[in-house]
Amino acid sequence: MKTFVCIKRVPDTSEAEVKVDVTGKDVDSSRFSFDINDADNYAVEEAVLIKEAKGGTVQVVCMGPQEADVMIRMALAKGGDNAIRIDDPRINVLDPLKVARVLASVIKSQEFDLVLTGCIANDDGSMAVGVALAEELGVPHAAMVKKLVVEDGKVKAYRELEGGIAEVVEITLPAVITIQTGINEPRYAPIRGIREAQKKELKVLKIDDLGLAENEVNAASSLVELQKLYIPVVVSKAEVIEGAPEEKAEIMAAKLVKGGLL
Amino acid sequence: MGDVFVLAEHRQGVLREVTLEMLTRASGLVEKLGGETVAVLIGSGVDSFAEKLAGYSDKVLFVDDPLFTDYNSEKYQKVLAELIKKYNPGLVMIGHTTQGVDLAPALAVEMNLPFVTDVIDLEFVDGKLQPVRQYYQGKVNANFAFKAEPPYLITFREATVEAAEPSRQGKIEKVESPLKEEIGYRRFIEYVEAEVGDVDITQSEILVAVGRGIKEEKNMALIEELAKAVKADICGSRAATDAGWLSHDRQVGTSGKTVKPKLYIAIGISGAFQHLAGMKGAKTIVAINKDPDAPIFSVADFAIVDDLFKVLPKLTEKLKELRG
Repeated sequence: MKTFVCIKRVPDTSEAEVKVDVTGKDVDSSRFSFDINDADNYAVEEAVLIKEAKGGTVQVVCMGPQEADVMIRMALAKGGDNAIRIDDPRINVLDPLKVARVLASVIKSQEFDLVLTGCIANDDGSMAVGVALAEELGVPHAAMVKKLVVEDGKVKAYRELEGGIAEVVEITLPAVITIQTGINEPRYAPIRGIREAQKKELKVLKIDDLGLAENEVNAASSLVELQKLYIPVVVSKAEVIEGAPEEKAEIMAAKLVKGGLL
Repeated sequence: MGDVFVLAEHRQGVLREVTLEMLTRASGLVEKLGGETVAVLIGSGVDSFAEKLAGYSDKVLFVDDPLFTDYNSEKYQKVLAELIKKYNPGLVMIGHTTQGVDLAPALAVEMNLPFVTDVIDLEFVDGKLQPVRQYYQGKVNANFAFKAEPPYLITFREATVEAAEPSRQGKIEKVESPLKEEIGYRRFIEYVEAEVGDVDITQSEILVAVGRGIKEEKNMALIEELAKAVKADICGSRAATDAGWLSHDRQVGTSGKTVKPKLYIAIGISGAFQHLAGMKGAKTIVAINKDPDAPIFSVADFAIVDDLFKVLPKLTEKLKELRG
């Protein structure tokens, strides 16, 4: 099984304040901490599990800056064989279709059976790259998969639908599968793996190396254009409980009990 | 601009609400931009859906063929591509649902359409349509412009508008299936129902809900203590079930359960829209989160902006004391 797994470096903004920068078209990311995208982390684990069960290779593909090497090395430490990072400011990373085009150009120059990637990115939430990538590669796909069974020349994919129902589809390989979080339990990288990962090949490519022209992937070639970013006005009807943490707890407890809310 | 196509989404004999929501939004668009609202229904044995959709649209394009008994992205993509070529609509709306995200990106690539996903609103700027979407789990909004000529393609988020009452009598136009036989490399096998757990949280009167903010499994003890003190059942966000702190049948949100308890206490949950969709119907919502910008506060009745580890023990203690 020759598997590619596409990963992304994303900021953890779950508890961070997000501010739009002076350009009005980007956010100030100077104080963010970064990690591998959640769903991609599960995709890496799934790829390694398949390799362990069926043999073969796992190649890691990542579009991002040099700082993404930390996440790439971690994926290699868990069982990836080698990696390609595409680092080129000419690519319009705001357009998932351009990202898909670039990833496809990396993968289609090689043999592959399976391409795995997270079904959603924590930062943009587009949910578009994986399925667009399948179309670029001219192979079938299944999105939001929470269980994957690899069979001979095909996979059985359990797509997670609304309400927790699974839609089971059978897909002929090669194929692209977008992985939903919770499909497995991502491992921690073993110490030995971390050491070995330093020696594994990590190629850094530009679009020229991929045979892509700038006007295929740059912002001018995108059919949509970001106009502005802004912080949404959140209308909250909530009564904000004030005070020190313990006071807040006491006030809230009293409201629940005396307000007949329990 | 042209007509607005809305893909009707249905599964297991149920027309999904997002379809009516999109048609409602589409009606507002054509009032401004001209054109008609067109519901596109692909299926088999779904005549009743065609009737229903006619109440919400100017026209229903109905591809009625046994090939489409169950959803299949390859077949849907083929049919939609043919219909878009033939009718040349201005805008095509597909739900930002598990079906829509499995279908729309491939269609956008195949037809080279200007494409924006997870759209929460459509604004007009200088007479032109600008889709609005979000970044960073709802913390930032973004307006996009379409640069090329229509048709445009968007996936539209569920539950962002309320479906109107039916007020139209659109005509139903049967369209012959562009597909004549099974195709492709993807085959539908079956639906597997969600697992059933020991507690049905959709029936719970009081729910204590836990999210990523609890950080580690050992901290679940704090949640259990609180739940015991108020006789609540425990549920959680996707992060909590993914981490294995709770079984999947306890997950609240679009991919889990929709709950409507009397009281919902959300602890360390930021409130992704998928989660909010599953719990905003609760009568009273208490949210504890240290991030003042957490979207959970947009639906909360009581907001405690603080470190949950400092608030929770005292809250439990005080509740025990007050309730004797």
